[in-house]
Amino acid sequence: MLGVVRQKMLGQSLPKIRPVVSVLRSYSSAAKQMTVRDALNSALDEEMSADPKVFLMGEEVGEYQGAYKISKGLLEKYGPERVRDTPITEAGFAGIGVGAAYYGLKPVVEFMTFNFSMQAIDHIINSAAKSNYMSAGQMSVPIVFRGPNGAAAGVGAQHSQCYAAWYASCPGLKVLTPYSSEDARGLLKAAIRDPDPVVFLENELLYGESFPVSDEVLDSSFCLPIGKAKIERVGRDVTITAFSRMVGHALKAAEILEKDGIDAEVINLRSIRPLDRSTINASVRKTNRLITVEEGFPQHGVGAEICASVVEESFAYLDAPVERIAGADIPMPYAANLERIAVPQVEDIVRAAKRACYRSVPLAAAA
Amino acid sequence: MATAFSTAKFSTQPFPLNPTSTTSHDSSIVFARPTSQFLGSTRKFRLTSSSKFNLSRRSKTVVAVSDVVKQKKSKSSPSLLITKEEGLDLYEDMVLGRAFEDMCAQMYYRGKMFGFVHLYNGQEAVSTGFIKLLKQQDSVVSTYRDHVHALSKGVPARAVMSELFGKTTGCCRGQGGSMHMFSREHNLLGGFAFIGEGIPVATGAAFTSKYKREVLKEADCDHVTLAFFGDGTCNNGQFFECLNMAALWKLPIVFVVENNLWAIGMSHLRATSDPHIYKKGPAFGMPGIHVDGMDVLKVREVAKEAIGRARRGEGPTLVECETYRFRGHSLADPDELRDPAEKARYAARDPITALKKYLIENSLASEAELKTIEKKIDEVVEDAVEFADESPVPSRSQLLENVFADPKGFGIGPDGRYRCEDPKFTEGTAHV
Repeated sequence: MLGVVRQKMLGQSLPKIRPVVSVLRSYSSAAKQMTVRDALNSALDEEMSADPKVFLMGEEVGEYQGAYKISKGLLEKYGPERVRDTPITEAGFAGIGVGAAYYGLKPVVEFMTFNFSMQAIDHIINSAAKSNYMSAGQMSVPIVFRGPNGAAAGVGAQHSQCYAAWYASCPGLKVLTPYSSEDARGLLKAAIRDPDPVVFLENELLYGESFPVSDEVLDSSFCLPIGKAKIERVGRDVTITAFSRMVGHALKAAEILEKDGIDAEVINLRSIRPLDRSTINASVRKTNRLITVEEGFPQHGVGAEICASVVEESFAYLDAPVERIAGADIPMPYAANLERIAVPQVEDIVRAAKRACYRSVPLAAAA
Repeated sequence: MATAFSTAKFSTQPFPLNPTSTTSHDSSIVFARPTSQFLGSTRKFRLTSSSKFNLSRRSKTVVAVSDVVKQKKSKSSPSLLITKEEGLDLYEDMVLGRAFEDMCAQMYYRGKMFGFVHLYNGQEAVSTGFIKLLKQQDSVVSTYRDHVHALSKGVPARAVMSELFGKTTGCCRGQGGSMHMFSREHNLLGGFAFIGEGIPVATGAAFTSKYKREVLKEADCDHVTLAFFGDGTCNNGQFFECLNMAALWKLPIVFVVENNLWAIGMSHLRATSDPHIYKKGPAFGMPGIHVDGMDVLKVREVAKEAIGRARRGEGPTLVECETYRFRGHSLADPDELRDPAEKARYAARDPITALKKYLIENSLASEAELKTIEKKIDEVVEDAVEFADESPVPSRSQLLENVFADPKGFGIGPDGRYRCEDPKFTEGTAHV
């Protein structure tokens, strides 16, 4: 159950959460498949039902059922007071969310994509992230900013940027990047319950993908810890860290590498801020080689931070220079073939892993 | 240009656009009449009088409060606008604001205060006029010129002064500073350095008040929020976004524009296509009022109506207070661009002297009583400085505190384990 074998269930969407739970009770041994979209929807549904202070605000979240249908059915269930369609005013409604959070409400602010969050970044950073500090603990901001992040398919330069590195450099924010449905459910629930501002970076291309989910994941009190990475695949020869959609690529690369005798360990970061440095370093101390994979721009990216962390803490354990795989250092092109090569592909990861493994005489791996 | 404005009925236009309630339409018509009509040209904002009677075109000379009041007294009922207690209360608050800010300037030049300090001298009528009408649970959101808003809202002078000195006894433990005054107890939500940043936050606080009443069913929640900001902010996108949403969702908020005609060195007239800010209210479906911000009694009358409107659930109001800051934008501003004649003109309309004159001429207070108040305030401010001086600076361990509300940050609870594993964290989840 490491998410390695996944099949895309095209055209098959999971029914609403109620029937699933009852179905599970009768077929408790079967692992259910759930799309990321349904995972997010069910997490929002459950949190809104549990706590009347949680409300959803954003463009098209209500009557349109969500720009990507993440908030489907929520308007009918909770009414327009709690599922608020807003005008196109990112700065305005992000700030309204912060003001509401000051008074103990728990807003979930949806950005249609995180590219639009740049219009509201003043409020995410200056009023949400910094308020608890500036007011010496008087004004806490239990807000969640969520939405799709990173490249989609053919949407051009202004709709394709990855904001993980930008938000993760700011103290006062927590930045989460789910990959599978389990991640999506657990991390979104943890984010909504968290008393601090959380930036929740989803990925549009993952919304339709299905992952197996256990009973535990479907339970309404399921939560994942913020700040803990998950080792998706245990290995011995090289560590590959990735987040969001790149985890899927890393896992595919690991399968290919296995045929060449390289046993890769794949870490799903889940949380960019705080970064789970201990898990990453422990893994590098075991494998002695590191590859970081991310979709965003290479300079000052997440990979740069991971590399620095590993160099600071586990330098003596490195047998090869750290390989950093990132998106191309250009605004995203539109042409499909160019777009494909502007984002890391599975072959890039495989090549980098082989480079990392052949740089020095491979040590006989310890058990 | 002047004539076009004199016929503008600023507040009656938008209501036909608002189809939902006729009652609000009616009450706001009533609201419209007693408050000031704007007369005058774009170049000079004239004194406006609260009119229960027909206005004639005023001459160019500045008219003091007491003259207007005498005129009112002769033509309408002889009732005064305030009682003695209220008058003394207003006077004390304004004197506190002025004395405090003057002391801030002194302390800055002596090196005890540092960074950016923006003083409020001359604008006290707006702060006192509005904030003194609020309850403790009502919220105030301000800008970087927030010392006097904090004082009017009830934050002790000692706490504000210590915060300015960067001491740990300040209202934000020295972590906020001059531009970031927060007080949970007094519902002062800051203190924002970016102009326009406070407006959405204030709108959010008003949103919460409405949400609590309607969704959480706390039926008696009628808290009002005041958002204070300047003339420069009125060209900023966030201002318009929030006017729209506040009117759309009928939030209990009053947008108070402290139009002091200058944004650092940029004159309002050079920066704005239509300098009449109150006209921007009706464009979004809310009343827009212009009031003389150098006259605390007029501000108070307008404030009563606006706050009452919000409290009754009738929605937001935009109030433009024409005021003036006697000092520069901040203590680092050499203030060379403003015309000394303009400064002199407004100095003659000092709100504190005006109120003093009013109180004395209407026999609400004697010179002696006012002098006692002034002395008392001097002592309060001196005490605040002494307290701040003697307070300790924050300890080094305070550096990393308060980044997160989470006690250990990052999802780790006080017992060292992940909070998500704590059953209490996950309790309360209903069966879906």
